[in-house]
Amino acid sequence: MKQKFDIITSTCVPLPLENVDTDQIIPARFLKATTREESFFGDNLFRDWRYNADGTTNKDFVLNDPTYGGCILVAGKNFGSGSSREHAAWAIAGYGFRVVISSFFADIHKNNELNNFVLPVQVSEDFLAELFQSIKANAKTEVRVDLPNQTVTNLATGSSEHFDINGYKKHCLMNGLDDIDFLVQNQNKTEQWEQQRK
Amino acid sequence: MNTLFDKIWDRHVVQVVDDGPTQLYIDRLYCHEVTTPQAFDGMRARGLKCFRPQQIFCMPDHNTPTHDQDKPIADPVSKAQVDALERNAAEFGLTHYGMMSKDNGIIHVVGPEKGLSLPGMTIVCGDSHTSTHGAMGAVAFGIGTSEVEMVMASQCILQQKPKSMRISINGTLGKGVTAKDVALYLMAQLTTSGATGYFVEYAGDVVRNLSMEGRLTLCNLSIEMGARGGMIAPDETTFEYIKGREFAPKGEDWDKAVAYWKTLKSGEDAVFDKELTFDAADIEPRITYGTNPGMGIGITEAIPDNGRIAHSPEQGFEKALQYMGFKPGQRLLGTKVDYVFLGACTNGRIEDFRAFASMVKGRKKADDVVAWLVPGSWAVDKQIREEGLDKVLTEAGFEIRQPGCSACLAMNDDKIPAGKLSVSTSNRNFEGRQGPGARTILASPLTAAAAAITGVITDPRELL
Repeated sequence: MKQKFDIITSTCVPLPLENVDTDQIIPARFLKATTREESFFGDNLFRDWRYNADGTTNKDFVLNDPTYGGCILVAGKNFGSGSSREHAAWAIAGYGFRVVISSFFADIHKNNELNNFVLPVQVSEDFLAELFQSIKANAKTEVRVDLPNQTVTNLATGSSEHFDINGYKKHCLMNGLDDIDFLVQNQNKTEQWEQQRK
Repeated sequence: MNTLFDKIWDRHVVQVVDDGPTQLYIDRLYCHEVTTPQAFDGMRARGLKCFRPQQIFCMPDHNTPTHDQDKPIADPVSKAQVDALERNAAEFGLTHYGMMSKDNGIIHVVGPEKGLSLPGMTIVCGDSHTSTHGAMGAVAFGIGTSEVEMVMASQCILQQKPKSMRISINGTLGKGVTAKDVALYLMAQLTTSGATGYFVEYAGDVVRNLSMEGRLTLCNLSIEMGARGGMIAPDETTFEYIKGREFAPKGEDWDKAVAYWKTLKSGEDAVFDKELTFDAADIEPRITYGTNPGMGIGITEAIPDNGRIAHSPEQGFEKALQYMGFKPGQRLLGTKVDYVFLGACTNGRIEDFRAFASMVKGRKKADDVVAWLVPGSWAVDKQIREEGLDKVLTEAGFEIRQPGCSACLAMNDDKIPAGKLSVSTSNRNFEGRQGPGARTILASPLTAAAAAITGVITDPRELL
């Protein structure tokens, strides 16, 4: 949490599936926690894909494959659809991911990642397809995510793209600030607005 | 420009942050037990009080059992979460409708029903189905727990203004075709990401002619197309529904409110970022066959043939069919059903129970089907009994359970066992949504009722 962002270079964990919904990222039965221990949520990230019904490890799932590692998750289009549960972002952060790369993110989940200092990097379909190929060809493929310059680079091929993030949120991520700090500081503006409405 | 959404959004802008999001004022924050404990913890850690506690309403719904609610919840973890909400509401001075209170129910059923969700409002909740309240002519959307904390702390939220989309559905719905079928049809047309980044306004004859309950169902499912929210311009149907409800304006305030609400519609010159138009004649009763709500077909249609429609492995078509135990090209009519679920914020309202009861009246539940009928609130339960629907349902072999989210996401005991096939009026057919290994087919209350009677997937039009 609130880990300041700058430039991250890491190997990746590939999840070449589209429409990964937040029920898969963290199933509902793990939402009963009343605290925010990231290790608990991280341990249960992709629980029902990671473990078989009998509790044994599903060796076919990428998180259980020692070939892949790193703090960047690369996922198919429309990542994080469905439920608004922020527990999904806590699970991703708790597992140790700091960046998620996809060609498309669901709105609420994208905000949830940003509010937990996980950076959603939206890239083109072509960039994503090439990145999946690079990782398939060499599991040690590294990606460089440069937040100050808003670029993402596949170091295996040299392909690089610009990614969008608004200046305010970028400033927050780079300085470890969050929206609540901002909103509390602006309560006088809110009061003025309320007065005007009356 | 000059859309219904713009009119409400623009009126609530406190400020636009330089090169950043909008600080949007929020009229109503709803809190349920699952997505708020960490927000309350955050408030305590920062030493903050709720900025406008009178605009925040709390009620447990996800963990509540659907039987014996007068006794303590048996699952200690569920109990702890429900208790935490009550404790937090008391500590922060918030209204709380506890379990067994006559005001309790699913938050998205209770809000409109009590007149808490009104036209022109901005409404948020840590729950993606907050889009439901848009049916009242409000800007309503789901948020995460950090954002819940923002609203508690400041009654505001920082958001990028979404793009606008208008979906018009023209014509007249056929016999046995409901608002749920319209929504399932739209999801299949748009896919689960087709409206991501957009706020949707629903329009056209079909929408105008929907009851308030039908509109709530339609807006509820906006998120399943990826839309942040969906909304419908308020009209006489809306005003009629709101009038006299507990938190509705009264007397002179009512007249003033209605006069304002009548201005809440997209202008003739309104420009949307995207406009889509559909014909009611193309919509038949719908079911889903896969593991996201966009994977749906008309009930008489076959599951797409992989050869006919291009699907890459990444899209999860094969994975979904493997999970569901279905084959490409298969028709689902006549498929044996194990469970039927009527309820959820999607279809747990009085009209849904009326529809279900109309179908089962004078018939009997199939012996080998387990049916869970769960009203969306105690108010719905009361009305079911006042209208005598309970007798119709009991005579047909059904029992009515106590209100809550129930088998929609199976956070209480109402879990569909692994491998069992459920026809459900809820909103999501994701893997494991109704219980680990459970297989879900989404459908309308009429289609669910038809399955409950015959024990197989049945076209409800055959029983009307």
